[in-house]
Amino acid sequence: MLKIENLHASIDGKQILNGLNLTIPAGEIHAIMGPNGSGKSTLSYVLAGREGYEVTEGSVTFGDLDLLAMEPEERAVAGVFLAFQAPVELPGVGNANFLRTALNAVRRAKGEAEIDAIQFLKLARARMKVLNMPDDMLKRPVNVGFSGGEKKRNEMLQMALLSPKLALLDETDSGLDIDALKLVSDTVNSLRGPAFSALVITHYQRLLNHIVPDRVHVLSAGRIVKSGGPELAQELEASGYGAIQAAAA
Amino acid sequence: MTAMNGTGPAAFLGRHEGLRGRLPGASLPWVEALRDRSAAAFRAQGFPTRRVEAWKYTDLAAVNTSVFGEPLTGVDDALALPPATGPRAVFIDGRFRADLSNLEGLSYTVENLAWALPTLETRLGALVRPEEQALAALNGMLFEDGLVVTVPDGVAAGVLHLVSFATESERAPAFHPRHLVRLGEGASLTLIETAAGPVRARYLHNPVFEIEVAAGARMNHGRLQQEGREAFFLSTVYARVQEGGTYDNFTMNAGSRLARNEIHVALCGPKAECHMNGVQLLADGQHADTTTALDHAAPDCSSRQTYKTVLSGKSRGVFQGKILVRQIAQKTDGYQMNQALLLSPEAEIDSKPQLEIYADDVKCSHGATVGELDAEQIFFLRSRGIPAEQAKAILVEAFLTEAVEAVADEHIREALTGAVAGWWQRQGIQGGIEAA
Ligand SMILES: Nc1ncnc2c1ncn2[C@@H]1O[C@H](COP(=O)(O)OP(=O)(O)OP(=O)(O)O)[C@@H](O)[C@H]1O
Ligand SMILES: [Mg+2]
Repeated sequence: MLKIENLHASIDGKQILNGLNLTIPAGEIHAIMGPNGSGKSTLSYVLAGREGYEVTEGSVTFGDLDLLAMEPEERAVAGVFLAFQAPVELPGVGNANFLRTALNAVRRAKGEAEIDAIQFLKLARARMKVLNMPDDMLKRPVNVGFSGGEKKRNEMLQMALLSPKLALLDETDSGLDIDALKLVSDTVNSLRGPAFSALVITHYQRLLNHIVPDRVHVLSAGRIVKSGGPELAQELEASGYGAIQAAAA
Repeated sequence: MTAMNGTGPAAFLGRHEGLRGRLPGASLPWVEALRDRSAAAFRAQGFPTRRVEAWKYTDLAAVNTSVFGEPLTGVDDALALPPATGPRAVFIDGRFRADLSNLEGLSYTVENLAWALPTLETRLGALVRPEEQALAALNGMLFEDGLVVTVPDGVAAGVLHLVSFATESERAPAFHPRHLVRLGEGASLTLIETAAGPVRARYLHNPVFEIEVAAGARMNHGRLQQEGREAFFLSTVYARVQEGGTYDNFTMNAGSRLARNEIHVALCGPKAECHMNGVQLLADGQHADTTTALDHAAPDCSSRQTYKTVLSGKSRGVFQGKILVRQIAQKTDGYQMNQALLLSPEAEIDSKPQLEIYADDVKCSHGATVGELDAEQIFFLRSRGIPAEQAKAILVEAFLTEAVEAVADEHIREALTGAVAGWWQRQGIQGGIEAA
């Protein structure tokens, strides 16, 4: 499904990703852990197509698509979804209007019928119930005045509505209370299936108790330095990154 | 005579001389005196240059050097005006057209100025200061027609549309309508004005409004300026509000090559209120200037101003806002905000707030911001599948929201929303946000 080969990327002249290789087969969920500043968010941005990053080497294929050649909105239409580490606020843009506009933009691009306002509200309310989000969050401007945890839940609401093929979750667990962590995990798990893959970026093993990954990777200084099964997350929780980084250096 | 001789003030003054005996009200001494006073004031000022403080950011050189003609009477009947859906008064090239208007069965009086002139001695010119405003002087010298609305005490007049349309013509007509509105005590009126013309037609539209809002009355004044792209729109509004009355002006400046939208409001009785909000949507080559002057002349009054300007291409926007709080105007609550969004590095905005406060117990604030679209917000929207152009449109709409939401009257808000959407379409951008 997702195949990253020898990816090198820099921003403002600073090299961040240094020959990153990663393959996520369809239907699998992989976790990435790694120290602050190792390039985890950078990887997610490069995959989602944010401007400003220069890919100097390597390739990314998504299914049979050359992902790096596509515009951000084309990637979204193809099924890539990034849940941001720090979601932006959009003053003056109502959340419901935004969600419906996004949903219909994707549907239109795929040649599917647009969803009318009534259908949309039904759909959105059902998803919000699962995430325990109050109705008034639909009326408020996108993320404005939302608490940290509410913003993350709002990201999950967007993901649930857009039902992507590849979800990139950048520290979606940070800022969530214990109950919310469970609700967010339920939402991710509800999408699990043979056509859904995810890359879960996290600092804490706790999330991985709820979203059990097929593989765990350690990112350090812009490349994957170790991979393993779910037990790797537990090892890291116990011993930290020091030993792995030393071994990779 | 179709074209005026030459250009600049001399041409307009010459036209006044030449038409002396034929302009409406020529047989009424007070009208003649008013025109002469206006002509003297215009002769003294001419078209102000940028050396005049109030015109520092707006250059009238293009008006000064253009040749204009008189509008013809009995113009083009094949106008594609949609049928009236409610009361409306239509002016073509500044002249009232009864055949296109719909003014049946109203609970208040609507007349055209040329016809009502003999009855207007105490009203016409009561609020205008030609010696200080050259554009109003020009209008006072050459006005021919206009709208006269009189709403009796206690009457809720509802919505009235004022449509001003310019025709395609070689003549480059200059027209100077004078509109008078008077609301009796406790009366209310929503006046929605649309000024438009063919995209490529060159003309000068120079309207002056005199608006009197009596105690406890409320006037909602929505103005949609969508003149053709070669047009000059030089407008002055005067409003006087008495105790407990409200004047609520919303102006959209989206058309014309050069627009000056000058608004003078005097709050003359306690607890009077004024709202002046507006948006300016400017594309390449356009210049729009909103200049407000608010006179707090009584205690306990409040005023609210929010103006938002969106500039693309090589366009230029100007906002000048003066708030005068006289010594008697204790407990004044004044607020003014002016924000600009630059969509292009070639666009330019000038902003000049001016507070003059002589009372000691007042609350007055003002602010101005200039910004660009936020790259992170654009990426966020695109990452959700929304095409780049639509993402930008959504963010521009969001920027305008605050000013649009400040419009109390739903009819005006609706007309405005439609006009903003139309502007986007003309920019070649389909669709902003979808309502859910
Ligand atoms: N515009 C920029 N110019 C220079 N350096 C940058 C820029 N943007 C990011 N960086 C650097 O790139 C490195 C990787 O950042 P990134 O956000 O990908 O780290 P991360 O692994 O997600 O960290 P965290 O765990 O703290 O979220 C950091 O050292 C950061 O300071
Ligand atoms: Mg990060």
